[in-house]
Amino acid sequence: MTTTEINPTQRPVDDAGAPARTRPLGERILRAAVPVAMLALLVVAWQIYVTANDVPHYILPSPARIAGAFVTDWPVLLTALGVTVRITLLALAIALVGGVLLAIVMAQSRWVELALYPYAVILQVTPIVAIAPLILIYAPTTQSALLICAWIVAFFPILSNTTQGLRSTDHNLLNLFELYGANRWQTLIFLKIPSALPYFLTGLRIAGGLALIAAVVAEFAAGTAGAGSGLAFRLLESQYRLNIPRLFAALVLLSVTGIIIYFITSLISHLLLRNWHESAVRREN
Amino acid sequence: MTAPPPRKRMLTDPQVTPDPAPGFETGSGKPLVSMRAVSKVFSNGTVALKDMTLDVSRGAFVSLLGPSGCGKSTALRIVAGLGDASSGRLVWHDNGTDEAGSRPEIGFVFQEPTLMPWATVFRNVWLPLRLSGRPRNQSRDEIMDALDMVGLANFADAYPRELSGGMRMRVSIARALVTRPKLLLMDEPFAALDEISRFRLNDDLLHLWERFHWTVIFVTHSVFESVYLSQRIVVMAARPGRVVEDMRIDAPYPRDAAFRTSPEYGDNCRRVSTALQAAMGASAA
Ligand SMILES: Nc1ncnc2c1ncn2[C@@H]1O[C@H](COP(=O)(O)OP(=O)(O)O)[C@@H](O)[C@H]1O
Ligand SMILES: [Mg+2]
Repeated sequence: MTTTEINPTQRPVDDAGAPARTRPLGERILRAAVPVAMLALLVVAWQIYVTANDVPHYILPSPARIAGAFVTDWPVLLTALGVTVRITLLALAIALVGGVLLAIVMAQSRWVELALYPYAVILQVTPIVAIAPLILIYAPTTQSALLICAWIVAFFPILSNTTQGLRSTDHNLLNLFELYGANRWQTLIFLKIPSALPYFLTGLRIAGGLALIAAVVAEFAAGTAGAGSGLAFRLLESQYRLNIPRLFAALVLLSVTGIIIYFITSLISHLLLRNWHESAVRREN
Repeated sequence: MTAPPPRKRMLTDPQVTPDPAPGFETGSGKPLVSMRAVSKVFSNGTVALKDMTLDVSRGAFVSLLGPSGCGKSTALRIVAGLGDASSGRLVWHDNGTDEAGSRPEIGFVFQEPTLMPWATVFRNVWLPLRLSGRPRNQSRDEIMDALDMVGLANFADAYPRELSGGMRMRVSIARALVTRPKLLLMDEPFAALDEISRFRLNDDLLHLWERFHWTVIFVTHSVFESVYLSQRIVVMAARPGRVVEDMRIDAPYPRDAAFRTSPEYGDNCRRVSTALQAAMGASAA
């Protein structure tokens, strides 16, 4: 079979668009430079505003003072960061394994789904701040209570997205698998799980952000009683002591942590989907 | 999945290419499959097929032609074993005898290419073999043979999104051919393609068929396509889906662009068109 339609030496350029994995260098530099320049501009404006107006540091500390707080308080802040990150990641990991496994079990059996899904929804719709005090009472330690809170919040997006993904398998492909006599496990592993991957990754991105938020919220709920040493605790503590520069420093650390989690989950998503999924493929016209 | 099956013969081995058998002509050949008064009623009461009886000879190229909704896909799916008939029987003549046998290896090509977007062309074509437990390295020859047949040997590592519509359809055909089927079922495979790609694929399909003499049941709603390709056209009408006309196209093979412009082709198209018009009038429209 010979065709002129195909030129083997070069990938076709057609309606689907050629794979564009590299952007022009200039554009890449610009993409990195613009946000950095914007940030620098904001910081400078902030510094000028505070200095020019003599704003007291317990109301709004200048960026320089916040940087100072980082320098003097970094042992405390770093330990606190470690605690919060550990709880967040642990909760995310358990949510990931649990959410995916439960989604797979529910996809295999309608009855399990009917029995369990309502509880997953109830856990999700009840605000975590409202449940946190109860969990603090029942959990053996404050740390485990925080972990449970973060887990509850991170669990649902992974479960619901993965469940939906497992259900949205292309019917034609299901027919094809049936035609070739695929058994249930082959269908699950070769078809349903790969087609659920984009959904799962969306769930993971959401869960990553939420796990951090929930860890912080739970720490707030635990308050000083928890004698916790996470970032949220340090934040509260700084507020009581009117150590506003340190409060800002803790806040910056939390934001940066959130951003890093977001970037890592986005990167994972991109790496796994870049070859095939529309969301990871650059459009080219 | 235990002992690796013996390597099948290469398609390029001369002995696999049969001489045009004496019974190769439509009607005179020994049947491969018979539908005996097959009816299909869907749970919503739609009578998709009513008493369809059809013998398909070995090595024949048969088209099912009819307006949309006349049960062409339903008939094809029943032959493929996707969904059972409500009544009637499907008889397979394994050994060229009238004895009922078992369903042979079937290749199915859907209207959509139905490829797994996360898998390369190679892995997509591997799928039918993989589902029957054949590891990758023992399938390589067959996969490359099948890709060769459709002219895509150089695209084994491409992802479906990197291919044009026509090329995706070729992958789908390669996947149907990789199991060396006796029977190729095609459900409006080229309906979504532009005319130029469709003509090219028509020609390539005919070349392959002339070379390997599988039995082909080809569903289409295009008079021109069915006349160009087939030895025999089964015209169907809707509500209820049934066979209303069974026509032979006696033009010799190979058929090519010259055939498309020949008076013989025009005459046949006119004849089949008239039958189709009658069939559409016969459906309560
Ligand atoms: N799963 C289904 N449930 C109910 N009705 C169906 C189903 N599949 C097809 N039909 C109906 O059966 C008839 C024949 O369908 P089909 O075989 O797909 O026709 P064709 O392929 O000739 O267009 C149509 O009226 C269609 O609406
Ligand atoms: Mg159809």
